[in-house]
Amino acid sequence: MKFKTFATFVGPSVVMMILFIALPLISVFFESFKVTQPIMQQVEVETCTPGFTGQTCVTSVKTIPVIGDDGKVETVTQWQGLESYRSVLQMEKVWAAIGSGNWSDILQIDFWKALRFTMMFTLLTLPLVIGVGLLIALTVNNAAKSFKGPVIFISLLPFIITPVIGSLSIYWLFVGDGILTAMMERWTGTNISMFAQAWTIELLMYFYRVWHVAPFAFVIFYAGLQSVNMDTLESAVIDGASRLQRLRHVIIPHLMPLIVFIALIHLMDCYRVFEEIVGFRSQAHVISLQWLTYDFLVPDDAGNRAVSRASASAMLTMIGIVLLLIWPLRRTWKEHRGGAH
Amino acid sequence: MLKKLALAGVVSLMGTTAWSACAFENTVEVKSLSAGFEAWKAVTDAMAECGNVQAELDQEFRTKQPAAFEANPSLYHIGGVSNGTVTPLLNSGTIRPLDDLVAKYGGHLQPNQLIKIDGKVMAVAMMVNTQHLMYREDILSDLDIAVPTTWDEVYAAADKIKAAGVVDYPLGATMKSGWNLAQEFVNMYPGFGGALFNDDNTAAVNNDAGVKALETMKAGMPYMDPEVLVSDSTYVQQQFQQGKIAMANLWASRGGAMDDEAESTVVGKVKMAAAPLAMEGGAPATTLWWDGIVIAKNITDEEADAAFRVAMEGMDEEMVKANNDAAIWLVKGFQPGPLSEGAIATATASPAAPAYPSTSRMGLMHTVLGNEIPAFLTGDRDAAATLVAIEEAYTTSAKEAGVLK
Repeated sequence: MKFKTFATFVGPSVVMMILFIALPLISVFFESFKVTQPIMQQVEVETCTPGFTGQTCVTSVKTIPVIGDDGKVETVTQWQGLESYRSVLQMEKVWAAIGSGNWSDILQIDFWKALRFTMMFTLLTLPLVIGVGLLIALTVNNAAKSFKGPVIFISLLPFIITPVIGSLSIYWLFVGDGILTAMMERWTGTNISMFAQAWTIELLMYFYRVWHVAPFAFVIFYAGLQSVNMDTLESAVIDGASRLQRLRHVIIPHLMPLIVFIALIHLMDCYRVFEEIVGFRSQAHVISLQWLTYDFLVPDDAGNRAVSRASASAMLTMIGIVLLLIWPLRRTWKEHRGGAH
Repeated sequence: MLKKLALAGVVSLMGTTAWSACAFENTVEVKSLSAGFEAWKAVTDAMAECGNVQAELDQEFRTKQPAAFEANPSLYHIGGVSNGTVTPLLNSGTIRPLDDLVAKYGGHLQPNQLIKIDGKVMAVAMMVNTQHLMYREDILSDLDIAVPTTWDEVYAAADKIKAAGVVDYPLGATMKSGWNLAQEFVNMYPGFGGALFNDDNTAAVNNDAGVKALETMKAGMPYMDPEVLVSDSTYVQQQFQQGKIAMANLWASRGGAMDDEAESTVVGKVKMAAAPLAMEGGAPATTLWWDGIVIAKNITDEEADAAFRVAMEGMDEEMVKANNDAAIWLVKGFQPGPLSEGAIATATASPAAPAYPSTSRMGLMHTVLGNEIPAFLTGDRDAAATLVAIEEAYTTSAKEAGVLK
């Protein structure tokens, strides 16, 4: 391909990526080392609020921002080095917990609590998604031709649902006397509360994520199965290889690049787990790194938002993703180089 | 104050040209942004009768309002606020003093409707709200239980109700982790005589009152739905309506729904009483709130004039008469019915419950409480450690926000 043709093809997406990914990332990077604060003053303010019989007026000293001549709140921005990272990571508490042997204390710190769940969520759902996806693909591949169309359609449905809507549906099905909880209660004869303790919530989250993402793995694997070398497969049959042996020695090696690809996408997606937390309202029991960033950013009633800590937590999330992706990326890279002529 | 999930936010746009019941014909385009509960619906409907009014009712208004009012020209003319959400607007100076407009068009306002900051009218209140005790009168009288006045009595009553097994859970509570749960602490802690801050803006919750407040909150959990940490005001309201709970300390603005025949199976059975005391001789363990309107600063005087007139039409006697039970109105013409008994008893108690102390530091504290208290209620951490964690987290937030040096 000529360079000019190549540039015209790639140009628009490169521009978009710079505009919507690179630049925001750079600004978040700088934001995480800065802090912007309003200049505060202490003023005695008399506030009169209504009661039923009349007004109650209270004079109190309030800390309020200074409003400049232009009618805007005056702010001051300072470089503060790693301060935001320090207050997110709280390493001194981590070392103290390790020093005293109370490992579980580490999980009292929001970041580490979120990291524990995020990592577990990512690493537990990965093999499940690949396994279930492969199972569906093999089943569909072996199904009678007339069935294939409808079966593919139905298996794809979970993937089409918007994640937030999907997680809300699960919440409504299981919360309180939701349909499914009521059904389980009838079977077991005991009162079941799925959202009352951490482990049941986490279980629902794993289930939901696998249910939601497995169709994606299935489509990719199904496409891969169409190009399995039939000669090799037939010779394997002649050599007396069992179904399992064929799967292990012929099909899986053939699908390996796709497995790595799905692992790559899944790790990236899963590490940013967020919808389940919001949809399941699980903040009391389970939080994720992405939710932590969001929580820093949401303004409170008084309009404060912790932008610096949100930026630091976002950068830490990104570093986490990069670390996770090193293995699959290296593998793809090696294969790519090995395959190039 | 009725924070809901972002996704469940209700947005309804009403553009109408009918000005049947309005005293004047409005020709200037006026936009308003407010919360979406029943009282706001009544007020904005009445405003729309003047014509050229676009009302946006959105439960996530509080995240939109500060930025929308900061724009020049402001994206909305009228803002519906509560004493909690007015703070960012006051702090950034994006709402205008209303003294002139009140003098011109506000002759019918009651003096206690005017919210004065340093002598200037900054908002006009229309209703008050508070969390108070709602109870199933039929259940309490069947079991021969007197209406509880303290939290100890509430739990004693809950014990009897549980033993009788007449409802799924004796108690309901708005303890969804985050804003709602934090509000429960903000109710309970002053009830034990605690002050949240020192004079230098540092946190002051790590004390005896703090421990008692936390312990009292936890003491109710055996009587509640095990999933109480996900239950917000709407959930508790529905539990009441479906006859699943017998008592709850719930918002007065939810009272009307108990007698809504389309939704409720307990019409006429739910009664209201003052918020329970945390300790003998203390104030009811709750906070008082008001809801009202503000007018944006970054609009022309003409627009402000029109906006204020329209708002006054929305908050007039006629509207209150048509929607008497939608809220505890401060507007002339309100007939206090049985639904408002509890709120009035709460507000007129002696000593009276405090108004919610909305300030920058309170906003930070509220968030911190909402994030740190769940670990105590789930048993991961004891009360003392939780209070230490609250103070530490508050210090970090307050330093970043510039409230603490």
